[in-house]
Amino acid sequence: MAPIGSFLALAAILFCIGLYGALTKRNIIIVLLSIELMLNAANLNLIAFSRLGVSANVAGQVFGLFSMTVAAAEVAVGLAILIALYRNRNSTDVRDMNLMKW
Amino acid sequence: MNAVSSWFGGFIWTGQTVAFFLLAVLVVLAAVTLLQFRKVMHMALSIGLVFLGMAGMYVLLGADFLAFAQILIYAGAITILMLFAIMLTRHDEVEEEERAGFRQWIAGLGAAALGAVMLWAIRTTAWPPASAQPPWPAQKSVNALAETLFTGYVVPFELVSVLLTVALVGAVILARKEE
Repeated sequence: MAPIGSFLALAAILFCIGLYGALTKRNIIIVLLSIELMLNAANLNLIAFSRLGVSANVAGQVFGLFSMTVAAAEVAVGLAILIALYRNRNSTDVRDMNLMKW
Repeated sequence: MNAVSSWFGGFIWTGQTVAFFLLAVLVVLAAVTLLQFRKVMHMALSIGLVFLGMAGMYVLLGADFLAFAQILIYAGAITILMLFAIMLTRHDEVEEEERAGFRQWIAGLGAAALGAVMLWAIRTTAWPPASAQPPWPAQKSVNALAETLFTGYVVPFELVSVLLTVALVGAVILARKEE
């Protein structure tokens, strides 16, 4: 069995790739995808600790399941906002969505 | 090979660790190519590969139910939903080629610094040795998960179902054409 450090390192690398994508990409769909990547990395941490942590037990899997559900809800609402924005602004570029920017 | 194995705490090469490395390389490569692609459609397909690789990781960690939930929810539903969103907006869209601007450098440096700090913290922490047996009865991870979920976590479980309903209604209201 691979030690827990390798799983955590993989999750950290994935999180940073997702963070970079969310901060730099212009297309709002890709920003959403990058956020999904970050959520997945956090999920991997939860499940790695549930299997290999100090007090390993199945509760980590329960938390992973909940965060997966919340991610699904987030994607549904995020894409609905995206469709509404596209209808109003005819664009999926994050730079066009600056109505509430101070 | 020695340097790699000492970086990861010097573990024994077994089938599981080889599978871990193959999946890790697959996932990281898919994530990096995701950011490199120019076409939005290719990006959405490459994140499907990331989700499948993560499902393999969950199998390695003994979380069978979560692995299948990952394939159903992420690789199935979320990827397809993203493809729908791309098709409903401008699906021939190409992420524009742009010079590495100041903001991009700052974001890259920030992400790299965060990654370096996290990797350093992971490296210097003394983790418990990896046990060969999972903490739940062998081949019974789904039973163990169901028992915990429906005894200790019943109230959060019900709240999550309410959350899903609210998200569904909210998505319909948001995406509806205004009269």
